[in-house]
Amino acid sequence: MTQHTKHTDLTLDISSKTDLLVEVRTFVTDAARAFGFADDDVSNIELAVDEACTNIIKHAYQYNPAGRIRLAISSTAEQDQPRRFIITIHDDGRSFDASHYTLPDMTQYFQRPRRGGLGVVLMKKLMDEVEYSIAPGAPNAIRLVKYLLPLHPRSA
Amino acid sequence: MNDFKVGIRHMDTVTVFDLKGYLDAHTAPDLEQAFLSAIDGRKYNLVVNFRDLAYISSAGLGVLMQFIEDVRKNEGDIKLSNMSPRVFNVFDLLGFPMLYEIYAEERDALEKFRNNVTHPPYQKPDTGE
Repeated sequence: MTQHTKHTDLTLDISSKTDLLVEVRTFVTDAARAFGFADDDVSNIELAVDEACTNIIKHAYQYNPAGRIRLAISSTAEQDQPRRFIITIHDDGRSFDASHYTLPDMTQYFQRPRRGGLGVVLMKKLMDEVEYSIAPGAPNAIRLVKYLLPLHPRSA
Repeated sequence: MNDFKVGIRHMDTVTVFDLKGYLDAHTAPDLEQAFLSAIDGRKYNLVVNFRDLAYISSAGLGVLMQFIEDVRKNEGDIKLSNMSPRVFNVFDLLGFPMLYEIYAEERDALEKFRNNVTHPPYQKPDTGE
């Protein structure tokens, strides 16, 4: 029997403006540290969430500051599983269709230098799970998950 | 608070950018302006010193990507130095050490320019276009 708990603890609702990325980073680093992550993981989560919000500001809202970005942090704890730290980010802008996106091969990327396109690569490398969901009439959602591994795993 | 500053120093034939603070999508245009001012002045030997940079997102790396081709076409280079482990990690995750010379100390980057050890000029791959 698996014990399963889920908490939605914290939310942040901001305008689609790059000067508010600092608020996003403070919000997520405080929560990640309180959850128990070590400094390296806190930094990785901070950067992944910054990249997600930057992409929303840039691509979903195309720098229109009237757009809203809503972040929610939740966690799950299942028996014998790592605890999951989950950041869900919603927006109402243009959808990013991840099914038509392939991660760039970095060797090829460097043969044709260009600006941008690196955020999604970073998110995938920094987090354990990255999932986009888009549906007609519903806000876009991206869900970023990081596992908190126990320091001293119990042997079976 | 979202502080970011770029200082510019001229060391012989090399222009050094001293980055300080937080480099993200909001502050990356400041770095872009600094690069543009150097390139407008036909300065192509560039070193970016990251010693006082606390944070970088891909927007900052994007600025380096934006200028590297032009700089190398003009027989210059963008060399990087003095990164904290945290900042280096971001470059490393994206494979940037393949494309950029990264030095522990600025003086090593300056020395490379002084010895005229330049990166081979950037060449576009033959795509048949």
